[in-house]
This record gives sequence, C-alpha cells and structure tokens, in this order.
Amino acid sequence: MNATIRIQTEPFDAARETDLMTAGRADVGAVVAFTGLCRDEGGKLSSLELEHYPGMAEAELTRIAARAEERWPLLGLTVIHRFGMISPGEGIVLVLAASAHREAAFEAASFLMDYLKTRAPFWKREHLKDGTVGAWVEAKVQDDAAAERWA
Amino acid sequence: MKLVYFAWVRERIGRPDEDVDIPGGIATVADLVRWLKTRGVEYEYAFENEQVVRAAIDHVHVKPDHVIAGAREIAFFPPMTGG
Repeated sequence: MNATIRIQTEPFDAARETDLMTAGRADVGAVVAFTGLCRDEGGKLSSLELEHYPGMAEAELTRIAARAEERWPLLGLTVIHRFGMISPGEGIVLVLAASAHREAAFEAASFLMDYLKTRAPFWKREHLKDGTVGAWVEAKVQDDAAAERWA
Repeated sequence: MKLVYFAWVRERIGRPDEDVDIPGGIATVADLVRWLKTRGVEYEYAFENEQVVRAAIDHVHVKPDHVIAGAREIAFFPPMTGG
C-alpha cells in the first residue's frame, strides 16, 4: 500500500480525496476521515500561520504512516497538511484511513493524528484581528499523553 | 555543518540557518547546544530552557545525547504544534 503524503499551501477537499482513495476498488469496507480546522478563537483570530520544516515534514509523516501500516491492516492512507496562512473555518490537516473493517480505520486515523501532533515538524502562530501577531502556540501536555497511549 | 532553526528558536537566534565550523570535542547534540550558548546572548536566549528545545539530525528526531559525527544538517526547534 502506498500512502499519499502531501504538504501544501492550497486547501484540500476531503470528499475528493476519499473518492480518489476508493475509486475502482471494492475491497475497502471502512474509511475514517479526520479534518482539523482553523478555529476563530471566539472571533479574535484573523488567521493562523503554519511554519514547517521542508523535507523533514514529509519524511516524518512518511515514517508515521509506515508505523500505522505495520500496526493495522490498512488498504489506504492519506495525510495532507497545509502550511502558510490559514483562515478560520479552513482545513489545516486531513487524515484518511481505509481498511476492510472500521476498527482498524478508526484506530489508525487516531494514531496518525496523535503522532502527527507531537512529531511532525509544524508550528502554529496566531495572527489577531486587531492586527497584532500573537504568540507561537504552545504544545499541550495532553498531546504528549495522547501519543504515549499507543506506545 | 549546516544548522537550521524554526519558529521561536529561529526568531530568538535571528537567522533561519547558518554554516558553522564546530570545534573539536563537541560530540553530542547537548555539547553542541552548550557551545552555541557561548556564541552570544541570542543563543543563550534561544536555549535558555535546554530541555524544551528539540533537535533533529538529517530530518530525524534525536535526543540530546545523540552523537553529531557525520551529520549534514542539524535542526533546533520548539515542541511541535501542527495538526
């Protein structure tokens, strides 16, 4: 199985990516899709800036995808992560996991997001509606705990 | 050796990357951090809390005790906040 890994500035279309993954095949019984969206933080956010480490971002997502493939019987895997300026309401990240049955697809999608959040080299910074550039978003202890439950 | 920096580590040091000649006796990532901190207040500021800053060698995450011999590119960055 070849995972699809993309790092891009453009928006993505979850329905289109799902169609691309499942077109012309009948062995897939379950596709779990996770879309991470940019919140407006109660109306004060104008955009979210996403910085990434070119080269390593692709490499790390490929390694995380490979670990998921070793662990679950997957029939398809897509990870798309955007960088640059993202507006509230837009998608930031898309994970699609396909399998014959739902359990593997649910678990693989959850694992991918937990590992991506703590290991993929992306950093967020808030740009506020009042024109100021906010602080870099701080990593959450809960995200580390979420990743550790798969160890 | 090429060093690259991201997010607030990059901002505190004041440049995105640099080529440095690393003196002898610098064996690990932690040694490299200690040496960088002697190069100026901007490095002291970036690495003021050493256990917070993460490192990668040639696009792979590494711990502070990892040896740097043979590395082409070493990156320093804050804990990741993607997704």
